Amino acid sequence: MLFLSNVINGLSLGSIYAIIALGYTMVYGIAKMLNFAHGDVIMVGAYICFFAIARFNLNPIIGILLAMVVCTVLGMTIERFAYKPLRQAPSLAVLITAIGMSYFLQNMAQLLWTPNIKVFPSVVGNGAIKLFDGQLTISYIALITMGACVVIMLMLSLFTGNSKMGKAMRACSEDKGAAQLMGINVNTTISMTFAIGSALAAIAGFLLCSAYPNLTPTTGSMPGIKAFTAAVFGGIGSIPGAFVGGLLLGVIEILAAAYISTELSDAVVFMVLVVVLLVKPTGLLGKKISEKV
Amino acid sequence: MKNVQRKISLNKTTKSNFVTYGIVIAAFVIMEILMAAGMVSSLLKGLLVPICVYVIMAISLNLTVGVLGELSLGHAGFMSVGAFSGAVVSMMLQSVIPDAIPRLLISLVVGAIFAAIVGVLVGIPVLRLNGDYLAIVTLAFGEIIKSLITNMYIGLDENGLHFSMIKQKFELAEGGKMLIDGPIGLSGMRKVDSFAIGIVLILLCLMIIFHLVNSKSGRAIMALRDNRIAAESVGINVTKYKMMGFVISAAMAGAAGALFASNYSALQASKFDFNTSILVLVFVVLGGLGNMRGSVIAAALLTVLPELLRAFSDYRMLAYAIVLIGIMLVTHNPAIADRLKQIKIKQYKKSADRKAAAMEKKMVRQTAKKEGK
Repeated sequence: MLFLSNVINGLSLGSIYAIIALGYTMVYGIAKMLNFAHGDVIMVGAYICFFAIARFNLNPIIGILLAMVVCTVLGMTIERFAYKPLRQAPSLAVLITAIGMSYFLQNMAQLLWTPNIKVFPSVVGNGAIKLFDGQLTISYIALITMGACVVIMLMLSLFTGNSKMGKAMRACSEDKGAAQLMGINVNTTISMTFAIGSALAAIAGFLLCSAYPNLTPTTGSMPGIKAFTAAVFGGIGSIPGAFVGGLLLGVIEILAAAYISTELSDAVVFMVLVVVLLVKPTGLLGKKISEKV
Repeated sequence: MKNVQRKISLNKTTKSNFVTYGIVIAAFVIMEILMAAGMVSSLLKGLLVPICVYVIMAISLNLTVGVLGELSLGHAGFMSVGAFSGAVVSMMLQSVIPDAIPRLLISLVVGAIFAAIVGVLVGIPVLRLNGDYLAIVTLAFGEIIKSLITNMYIGLDENGLHFSMIKQKFELAEGGKMLIDGPIGLSGMRKVDSFAIGIVLILLCLMIIFHLVNSKSGRAIMALRDNRIAAESVGINVTKYKMMGFVISAAMAGAAGALFASNYSALQASKFDFNTSILVLVFVVLGGLGNMRGSVIAAALLTVLPELLRAFSDYRMLAYAIVLIGIMLVTHNPAIADRLKQIKIKQYKKSADRKAAAMEKKMVRQTAKKEGK
């Protein structure tokens, strides 16, 4: 029973990773860049939620919606001013710009909101469902996190599978030049991808801080790196891959902390990643790309 | 006499390399003079060894990223291995070799060797991957190394060296000395004034890299970077040459780590995290990929920059971020790139004209000589 409750905790943590990883993987699939500032967009989203809910006493739903709007605008602004001018530049230049953006957001947050820890309000409460005569408890926040992850996943699959914009995104990720010739506005599509990724980051920020309530300007960076690892783990560029990779990473992390050592859980997570990439170099669900000579 | 002069002026790369050595030596001489005159603030004095360390880190990472062409996000891991192995050996030898300088030299060598061994272990799996996957695995190894060292307990007593990964199982005899104490890390080290050694180490690393790049192996490594398939088809051993570049780079990072440790009396593994790797990568990219002189200058300037911006206190890291983004946007702006290209073409034309004119003069002189005969 302890094992089962660990697995559920892992799935709940993994759901947060999966939602963040979706942002990484979509941007990578289309813009072919590692958006290092994504983790910090999560942090901004969490701060907006915090101020809306704790300071202005707004309804949590309105708080989350507000955070989504702010993050969407932020993501699109970053893309427009920092990444778009570098579309033709070598990928390392874009990577450094993204790192610069990450520093910028962290330090801006430090100036605006001070580096002190803010305790995120518990919106969902500490309630839990008890199963098997109280042997297995599942907290509401874990349930909500897993539910949100599944809903987001389904909606995203429907969106990329059926809507016009979604099809445009898939086309851009396959071949930008050909997509442009077919009349797809590549710039709008990329901008839209950043918007969706950032809106998801806001939700992830809320869920992350509901589960781990200490909010600081660097809250987003470690989950950001882990989620990025999850995206690679599942096969970067693949949306189901991000989902599977995120969940697996969360479960492995919690199980390693429970059965091996809390301090070494990060090392175990990264070890598993290395092994998976050695066996399957493009990730679990990644497409195998044959080399052209 | 004339002959000797021509020999020196002939080789363009050699000249450029000597300019780089010259910059490093000049920086050292200027700093020494300023320090003797008492014009250096204690803040900058404290930064001298870290500057040397980051310069070595930048040129060694430039070997991986610029010359070998593989993005590494875990370079701080090798630095960490070098720092801890070097410091442990130095502390063990404290009673045998009381003099600080030879101990530091030994610790540099030990740090380099240990980092090279880890480099081989990491390189075997890592170099089989490509592109972004390789980058993420180096990131993973950086985190693994950090996590392992954070959970390492090493101590010394009369029975010899003790090692454990679990605190509860770790026991030392009476009078034993703790060397690495898990998350607390190293403590009680003696600081060494190692600025001069740092400069020598920079020169040594530059020399190794310049010789490597100009050698047959270096050309093989660069051929792999430019086109792996073509290089493989002419018989270049991919694994061997990639490994060579990667391990040399790791060893240099290890030596840099050992030097870094000599500058502190206590050190934790968390100091060498992902952010440190990224910091060094920023130096390399801003200095120019494959351009060692650029790395040296970028690393030195960017290590000092946040301290110079101290006047703005709260805003300094923000300013650093804006400078970083600004430089990237400006240097990769198509309009500016075009402009630079035009200037280059103009310069080239000018120098070509000058050469042609000189040639003409020579010809005229020669014909005049002949006619004079």
